[in-house]
Amino acid sequence: MDPSVEPIRGLDLGVAHSKLLLRTVSDVRSNAELQHAGVADGETKKMNMCQAVNDAMRTVLATDETSVVFGEDVAFGGVFRCSVGLAEEFGRERIFNTPLTEQGIAGFGIGLAAMGHTAIAEIQFADYIFPAFDQIVNEAAKYRYRSGNEFDVGGLTIRTPCSAVGHGGHYHSQSPEAFFAHVPGLKVVMPRSAVQAKGLLLSAIRDKNPVVFFEPKILYRSAVEQVPVDDYELPLGKAEVLKPGKDVTVVGYGSQMYALENAVQMIERDMPGVSCELIDLRTILPYDIDTVMESVNKTGRLVVAHEAPRTQGFAAELAAEVQERCFLRLESPVQRVCGLFVPHPLVFERMYMPCAVRVYEAIKNSLSY
Amino acid sequence: MDSVLYEAQRQGRISFYMTSFGEEALIGSAAALDPKDHVFGQYREAGVLLQRGFTLEQFMNQCYSNELDQGKGRQMPVHYGSKELHFQTISSPLATQIPQASGAAYAMRREGNKQCVVCYFGEGAASEGDFHAGLNMAATLGCPVIFYCRNNGYAISTPSIEQYRGDGIASRGIGYGIDTIRVDGNDIWAIYEATKAARKLAVEQNKPVLIEAMTYRVSHHSTSDDSSAYRSKKEVEDWSKRDNPLARMRAWLMNKGWWEKSEDVEVTKAAKAAVLKAFADAEKLKKPAVSEMYTDVYDEMIPELVREKAEIDALLKKYPDYYQVNDYAKST
Repeated sequence: MDPSVEPIRGLDLGVAHSKLLLRTVSDVRSNAELQHAGVADGETKKMNMCQAVNDAMRTVLATDETSVVFGEDVAFGGVFRCSVGLAEEFGRERIFNTPLTEQGIAGFGIGLAAMGHTAIAEIQFADYIFPAFDQIVNEAAKYRYRSGNEFDVGGLTIRTPCSAVGHGGHYHSQSPEAFFAHVPGLKVVMPRSAVQAKGLLLSAIRDKNPVVFFEPKILYRSAVEQVPVDDYELPLGKAEVLKPGKDVTVVGYGSQMYALENAVQMIERDMPGVSCELIDLRTILPYDIDTVMESVNKTGRLVVAHEAPRTQGFAAELAAEVQERCFLRLESPVQRVCGLFVPHPLVFERMYMPCAVRVYEAIKNSLSY
Repeated sequence: MDSVLYEAQRQGRISFYMTSFGEEALIGSAAALDPKDHVFGQYREAGVLLQRGFTLEQFMNQCYSNELDQGKGRQMPVHYGSKELHFQTISSPLATQIPQASGAAYAMRREGNKQCVVCYFGEGAASEGDFHAGLNMAATLGCPVIFYCRNNGYAISTPSIEQYRGDGIASRGIGYGIDTIRVDGNDIWAIYEATKAARKLAVEQNKPVLIEAMTYRVSHHSTSDDSSAYRSKKEVEDWSKRDNPLARMRAWLMNKGWWEKSEDVEVTKAAKAAVLKAFADAEKLKKPAVSEMYTDVYDEMIPELVREKAEIDALLKKYPDYYQVNDYAKST
């Protein structure tokens, strides 16, 4: 193979052409996880990820009288339209705008949850969650532990749009999951699609622990699936093997899964006989080390990718844990393909991103080591 | 209790303590509340718990972090909490409880039980961003919450002249559209009346109220602080002589003929005996079981914690003396 030939030749890239999405009713019918959840044979509706998030919140609002949705600009439907129609349906007492204060939003949600209510807070962009960092890390995460289980804020879920969107610059592109993955007491989740968003968000809201729920905003409109209309939950703390393989394990989460899918397609085209196992972690804390370990013990090679900068990013945790647990099975160093150690740049996003080409190179490095 | 526990810390028998000297009249606010109103405090509000019936044993158990501490020995002394008494567990980060109190009050309003929330904080904490967030949210969202500011003149060593330049904390309430009152914080009846009226406004009109109680921190900030490093002993003595909430209450009771000077000795003696008994009992108890270190991080132990517990358990077995395992209660 001529090494100067561009690896993406002839491939349709990205979410729009993804084979990971459940585009048809029969895709839903044959999905094992949805079968397990008991909704694979039920009615489905074509939804993008934004509509799926809306549907999950509507499901909770209809069944849990204590649940409320609040944040900046959520009452008119939200700047990404995730809460559209909810205020009309459930009233302004339950779907309401707050003043523009992230630390206030998080603190307010903690107070509601401490009274046993279900608080679904929205932080408009994950880039703006940092003013609430103290409330989330020092308060929400430690609330149950520090009180000896006298009090807890398990009813709190903080939703926030995250990750690159093509032109978001420094403050509309960040993926801050690793900051939160370092905090005992929290759960951290990031879905990759509409079906995942609904099931995981329903679990997050009902989970008895505070959850930070990151929604890759580039998928809000682009990730369109047939989504079960019924109420269903997908398990937190459980990774999903999207494609079995025998030669290398490729792990990621969120919108990064589509770059990984393309990289795997390129490798399997250019290196006949090689097969990659593709895993979506879905929950970043607590993460499903067992599924990754089982895979690496089979393949002997691991590539981890995320959009956030590499240094101290979540991939470092996964790489360290895998080398500890799979030391005798590893046949090459764990490869990390991540964002660069710069603030998320505007015009240089193409070079910054851990795109399919960079992942392709990393998989090749791993296989040829 | 303050005197005994302060001395106990000086002797190294507990790790930390904070007294409420000079601010005892705050108990008047507790008396004006419904016992089911939820309390969010800062750390110098033990009087509220006393008023609600938190026992001496419970105070001591928490300060000793022993096996009967409801907080399971995880937090520093004076970080009390009680679900039964509707008193949210204290945490160290200042002012974080203020927006939380607003959220809790919103829940109270939705429940429609005519309950409110009271939130205590010092004038120093009022400089935190969470003060601004909490008051503005309570005002815009119509939350039945009483914000009670203990303005005692100092935040550790920082006098209020270095804390703000406006007219105290009360003047800010007006800016948020919050009904506000300033009271003599050493006058238990002024505090009682203000809190009672504030509660009525809160529960009947779903509105927040701000009370600024002017007082003086006679205590050192904590046992880790010697306040003579930044203020004169004379200033403290003058305050405690000239304007002491306990002396004022005593004078009022004597005027009414409800208290005799001879009762001072008697009551003090009985109280001291009760405190010392609770103190001695708490000191004898073991620390909580080591297994309590891993519980309540989440509602259920996650796999990572199961693994870490096994790792530490093996070490405890191997090196029991180093880990002083006999100081801890047996795991169940």
